[in-house]
Amino acid sequence: MSDTKPSTFRRFAPLIFFIILAALLGFGLTLNPRLVPSPLINKPVPKFTLPLLNQAGSFSDKDLKGHITLVNVWASWCFVCRQEHAEVKRLSRQGIRIIGFNYKDKAADAKAWLQRLGNPYRKVIVDRTGRVAIDWGVYGAPETFLVDRHGIIRYKVIGSLADPDNLKALLKKMKALK
Amino acid sequence: MIPEFGHFSLILAFAVAVVLSIVPIIGAAKNDTVMMSMARPAALTQFLFVGLAYAILTRAFIVHDFSVLYVAENSNMVQPLLYRISGVWGAHEGSLLLWTLILSVWTVAVAAFSRHLPDVLVARVLAVMGMVSVGFLTFMLFTSNPFERIFPAPIDGNQLNPLLQDPGLAMHPPMLYIGYVGFSVAFAFAVAALLGGKLDATWARWSRPWTTVAWAFLTIGIALGSWWAYDELGWGGWWFWDPVENASFMPWLAGTALIHSLASTEKRGVFKSWTVLLAILAFSLSLVGTFIVRSGVLVSVHAFATDPRRGVYILAFLCVVIGGSLALYAWRSATVVSRGRFDWFSRETALLLNNIVFVTAAAAVFVGTMYPLLVDALGIGKISVGRPYFDVMFSLISIPLLLLLGIGPMIRWKGDSWPRIARIATTIFIISLVLGLLAPFVFEDGLNIKTGLGLAGALWVALTALRDLVVRIKQHRHLSRSYLGMVLAHLGVSLFVIGIAITTTYSVEKDLRMDPGTSYNIAGYEFRFDGIKKTPGPNYVANQATITILKNKEKIGVLHPQKRTYGGRGNPMTEASIDIGLFRDLYAALGEPLSNGAWSMRIYYKPMIRWIWAGCLFMAMGGFIAVSDRRYRQKVKQRISFRRSREVLVES
Repeated sequence: MSDTKPSTFRRFAPLIFFIILAALLGFGLTLNPRLVPSPLINKPVPKFTLPLLNQAGSFSDKDLKGHITLVNVWASWCFVCRQEHAEVKRLSRQGIRIIGFNYKDKAADAKAWLQRLGNPYRKVIVDRTGRVAIDWGVYGAPETFLVDRHGIIRYKVIGSLADPDNLKALLKKMKALK
Repeated sequence: MIPEFGHFSLILAFAVAVVLSIVPIIGAAKNDTVMMSMARPAALTQFLFVGLAYAILTRAFIVHDFSVLYVAENSNMVQPLLYRISGVWGAHEGSLLLWTLILSVWTVAVAAFSRHLPDVLVARVLAVMGMVSVGFLTFMLFTSNPFERIFPAPIDGNQLNPLLQDPGLAMHPPMLYIGYVGFSVAFAFAVAALLGGKLDATWARWSRPWTTVAWAFLTIGIALGSWWAYDELGWGGWWFWDPVENASFMPWLAGTALIHSLASTEKRGVFKSWTVLLAILAFSLSLVGTFIVRSGVLVSVHAFATDPRRGVYILAFLCVVIGGSLALYAWRSATVVSRGRFDWFSRETALLLNNIVFVTAAAAVFVGTMYPLLVDALGIGKISVGRPYFDVMFSLISIPLLLLLGIGPMIRWKGDSWPRIARIATTIFIISLVLGLLAPFVFEDGLNIKTGLGLAGALWVALTALRDLVVRIKQHRHLSRSYLGMVLAHLGVSLFVIGIAITTTYSVEKDLRMDPGTSYNIAGYEFRFDGIKKTPGPNYVANQATITILKNKEKIGVLHPQKRTYGGRGNPMTEASIDIGLFRDLYAALGEPLSNGAWSMRIYYKPMIRWIWAGCLFMAMGGFIAVSDRRYRQKVKQRISFRRSREVLVES
């Protein structure tokens, strides 16, 4: 057996294969995950009951009804949450009802974090295992859900609220609800 | 001010890299010696600037300069020095800087150890490496500047991801990167050879030692990663087929194919264009590996959402490097003629089969890793391929691999006779099969075909390699270091397979609730839970358990698994405690506190798991020994032959 000159097909096959692959990947990248709507948008909040931080009692999906609410998913281990916190506090001072969703965190850490940085939340619900967060479709922290008076999720921000684009889009959606 | 010097130094490095990637290559085309001679000083200057930038970032970590955003994100006041230094490569920006630094070191190394190579080739090789460097520096300067400031500076930083605070993991990325980036040398040689149109056996000889060293480092890097996952994650597993691991495994598989294919090309001048293609593939997969891990596209969509520019840049860069080199291949490989002749039954065929097996394996991992992403990207749905797929694929692939591994090194180059090989191999084959299938009886349960076959394969590999070694010693044949390296690496494969076969089958794991004072038996070992104590560490507080291990009522060891909380915040981290042994590990990991001082706990008996990493070390050592072979120390040889010719002149 002896090798000879590679045929034209053999010479071009690797390149063609790569071009197809790159095209597929490129297509994947154009799907900006920020724009991919959460399947939960315009659906009612998933049923849940979770304990509260700093107080006795529990909080369930029914407690979200009757007000326009932001549910802000955060954790003490999350650096971006710390960066966005000032923005969350500003929104809270404007009278927006914000519920904290403490995600995969330790109660002591979460309390210390709020004590140091300030607590803008009406209530803080605790999802220590992240089980309920799965139902909500949470990828990580921070994320912010906009829930309307009927307990229906209207919008979701992935990432920091300190990002002006994120904030603007959220406020626009909120205005539309009022 | 000092961090701005770091940034400026990177900009200068970028400028030098641009010069390095353009001037020598034009010089090579025009045969202009002055332009070509720019390559070496440019390589050195680039290294100095990147090195300076790296040193400045490290300094910022050491002196707690939290005005640098990256430092604030990845370290704090109480973080120990070791993890401040390793914190430099703890996240995206810094690990890119490390990558670039290692690339510049490899570039300088090629510049220094290539004095015996033709100037045209050196100029091209260094220029290609310069181009890669331009790509990385552009990426860093425009999308991922590690020196970005934050104002006002926080009083204290966040912290390095606690998972990464482990000595094994501190060393894992540098090793991995030395391997990844090392393949850039083989890539640069391949591209330079394509540009020059001279693809001969000498090209293979020159790039072979570089490739082997890179491969050995990559092997160590992957083994460290696996060892860390076992040690740190508290799941008792050593390989999870998660995308991050696969990203390092794919270049390894391609690299393994490459070092074998280079052997055929060097010795016999065959498979030239295939070897070039593999060199391109190995480096391309290294780039893909670096980027898919660091861009975070695999782990979470968040990372991409925060900065889509990165994704677009990465894809463009990959297209230029991979697409460009493959286009060059399509254009230039028409001139490549392989002249070596060989029979169907020959070493060449065996190595070709080896290549097919490894490339198939790489393709299997690629499909398993990328398919879920593609399906997701196309909006068909979310699916996970996962462990069962990989387990089936690799059980299938390992059969031809192990068979070939035993028989391949016996077969002679050019052609051999089947009866000769059959005479040698049949006995060993039968012995391995019988012993392998009997071995499971030593452990408590009886026949186990799958484990038995795994062990038989391992024995077959080891016995054939050792037999060949013994025969050579008896015949007083010269044992070259590259031969010994090969034997060692192949024995490593044998150890590796034994480790896997035994560990997967005979491990025992139990999830328990343990009250202080109670004990539990697994595999003849008694684990007694003596209680929990709060123990402070340098930057964490831990709940530390004391577990005494007894065998036949005799104390043989104490385990101290911990649950650590770093910096008073964050999820508690599990720090498993392991009693290490050559034949078994005893492993305990703390779970959650339960009522009345009881804890949930996980205990394991892991027989022969150390053999897996020992096998990897053997493989890597084999690589290092092989490159120390005499024929790579060319300078010495040249000097000797020069002296000889002078002696001849004097005599005449």
